Amino acid sequence: MTVELGHFALVLALALSLVQAAVPLVGARMEHPRLMAVAEPAALTAFALVALAFAALTAAHVTSDFSVVNVWENSHSLKPMLYKFTGVWGSHEGSMLLWVLILTLFGALVAVGGRNLPQRLRATVLAVQGMIGVAFTLFILTTSNPFARLDPAPIEGRDLNPVLQDIGLAVHPPLLYLGYVGFSISFAFAIAALIDGRIDAAWARWVRPWTLLAWVFLTGGIAMGSYWAYYELGWGGFWFWDPVENASFMPWLAGTALLHSAIVMEKRAALKIWTVLLAILTFSLSLLGTFLVRSGVLTSVHAFATDPTRGVFILAILTFFIGGALVLFALRAPSLAAGGLFQPVSREGALVLNNLFLSTAAATVLVGTLYPLVVEAVGGDRISVGAPFFNLTFVPLMVPLLLIVPFGPLLAWKRGDLYAVAQRLLAAFGGAIAVTLLALVFIDRSAAFAALGFGLAAWLVFGALTDLALKSGLPGVPLATAARRLAGLPRSVYGTALAHAGLGLTVLGIVSVTALEAERFVTMKPGDTAEVGGYTLRFEGLQPRQGPNFVEDRATFVVAGRGGEALGTVMAAKRMYTTRQMPTTESGIRTFGLGQLYVSLGDLTEGGGIVVRAWWKPLVTLIWGGALVMMAGGALSLADRRLRVGAPAPRRKAARQEAAA
Amino acid sequence: MTRKQKRLAVIAGGLVFLGAAAGLTFYALGQKTSYFYMPADLHAAVLQPGQRIRLGGLVEEGSIVRGQGTEVAFAVTDTQDTVKVRYAGILPDLFREGQGVVAEGSFAGDGVFVADSVLAKHDETYMPKEVAEGLKEKGVWQPE
Repeated sequence: MTVELGHFALVLALALSLVQAAVPLVGARMEHPRLMAVAEPAALTAFALVALAFAALTAAHVTSDFSVVNVWENSHSLKPMLYKFTGVWGSHEGSMLLWVLILTLFGALVAVGGRNLPQRLRATVLAVQGMIGVAFTLFILTTSNPFARLDPAPIEGRDLNPVLQDIGLAVHPPLLYLGYVGFSISFAFAIAALIDGRIDAAWARWVRPWTLLAWVFLTGGIAMGSYWAYYELGWGGFWFWDPVENASFMPWLAGTALLHSAIVMEKRAALKIWTVLLAILTFSLSLLGTFLVRSGVLTSVHAFATDPTRGVFILAILTFFIGGALVLFALRAPSLAAGGLFQPVSREGALVLNNLFLSTAAATVLVGTLYPLVVEAVGGDRISVGAPFFNLTFVPLMVPLLLIVPFGPLLAWKRGDLYAVAQRLLAAFGGAIAVTLLALVFIDRSAAFAALGFGLAAWLVFGALTDLALKSGLPGVPLATAARRLAGLPRSVYGTALAHAGLGLTVLGIVSVTALEAERFVTMKPGDTAEVGGYTLRFEGLQPRQGPNFVEDRATFVVAGRGGEALGTVMAAKRMYTTRQMPTTESGIRTFGLGQLYVSLGDLTEGGGIVVRAWWKPLVTLIWGGALVMMAGGALSLADRRLRVGAPAPRRKAARQEAAA
Repeated sequence: MTRKQKRLAVIAGGLVFLGAAAGLTFYALGQKTSYFYMPADLHAAVLQPGQRIRLGGLVEEGSIVRGQGTEVAFAVTDTQDTVKVRYAGILPDLFREGQGVVAEGSFAGDGVFVADSVLAKHDETYMPKEVAEGLKEKGVWQPE
């Protein structure tokens, strides 16, 4: 009964989305306030109905109602409660429902938070949101119904894919979708601007916080996905350039570019047309990501099932929104007034360079991701584009970008003085050189690339610190004054510095693991020891153990440090999930400082030993720690009074800027 | 420089940059992609010594030989032809005889394929997509 209620609520939500897509749009065209006013209640009700549908599916999962196909296929009565809950979005159908839930949530947030937006703009934005809602709700109802029943109801379910039975499933997909779908707001604003043929600083003031919010979530989603793959798959890698990873990385690159171009748009009313295009492209890449992951054109852990109608449907959605948006852009962009002028050497110029690098990087990732699909479609050759391609194209684009990052925040708007900025960065540059030399001397004299990588990371961190120091008046004022000024700096200044420093930390982690990790690959019998990265592992043996829905053989290793001191144990296991008869490898991880000891088990050998692969990964945690710092920077910027979502726009000031532009 | 010249210089710089990026991308696509072959396709294929390819097929029944150490030998077959593979690494959890597999690496001088990564299915229902399609093309696909 609950399940039918959920299904019914979703059908009603489709009807509400149709209203939301059509009525306010007509109202905005006719300047009819009451028709435009329909947008808000429609968006709120659509959200409430999708939430109800989602709650109904959750109830079915939590109570293990195997008369529902989706529950039967993805759950088991013995599955731990947390995974019964997160298993709601552990299937294709459920995860699409989560997608729509987050979409309507954002619609409701704009409806409530945007009461002080110009009415026409708000109505148009919500109508565009409504269109996306219609498309995806229709997709769920026609091709991926999570509420389908099974008669007669089976007694037991088929259990969730063991790889997904992890805390990562609770965090990674919701964060990722909050990011993906969050960009739909920037997209809707861009479309509204094109429909209205009007764009101003108030528009950018609105788009920037939404983009920032989506970016913070997407950063978290990608980082969490990376860490999850790292510890769950047992290969010890943090990034595989897998098409599915690229699918989330492309909108991140474009979104990062958008974030920066929106700053220029807000502060200097320049780059308007580019910002609108970038907003369209960012969400288009999110849609493309959804298509790649959900259509089954790629085989991966994310492609739950392959059903051609789904792929065709999402492709149609993709064509409609991307094609429609680009046509609208081509028709209307020329009517948007061009913005302010600036010299090539200026803050704007630096942000343009940032955009050039980031969008080109996104384009190379796009080419590498789609090329095999295109080649197979036209010629039939099956090729794969992997890490070697991306290392050759993506890395050379990133290095110059990282080199210019510290210059950006120090350059003045409109016309900057590169020489003066370079002088101010001299200390940071000296620090980076010192780090490079120290790395060469103390770590490995032959690893020049690693040393340069460390220097680059240090350059980013020191550059961010220099920015903060200069903005608080150093070195020209006494320390006490500087400290007082530092405390009074706007939060967005801290946000920028934190985000750039976080990027430096991530780079540091990546360089360190890539260049300096130690690996041992040995066969061990109980009592054997193996040394890796200065740590000694003693294999104690395998013990069988019974879990709730699996059995496992757990290996215990006693860890000793460089001086022989006892550092506890690390445990890795081979698991067998009984229902699906599916084995998994549970890696054992111990964190020492910022590095990690990573142990993974292989097969049993004839002599009674077991194959063990162990890594020492120095500074590896910085890869994700840096992402957390970037997120903190984004969140801090969001908390800035000037940018707070829903903060009343200073109308007079906005009007003045409009007149000025 | 006049403003017009400056603008032209900026545009030219941008184009040079984009051209370089595009050139690099196409160069990398030519050099760094690896082709997929099934054992029977290898007769017609022209491979450079040491060229990386991905070899797909089924793990031949009874072919897995585990030594005392960490190295494993097995054979990949498409029922028409068979290729011997050597691999030093941890095999995926779902690596089994008679099941689909994709090995990435290159041929050693002795005609044995030396793999540096081995992929099997992601879960028990699906075969690696390219292997399934290759078997269908050869008419030896047996749905489970």
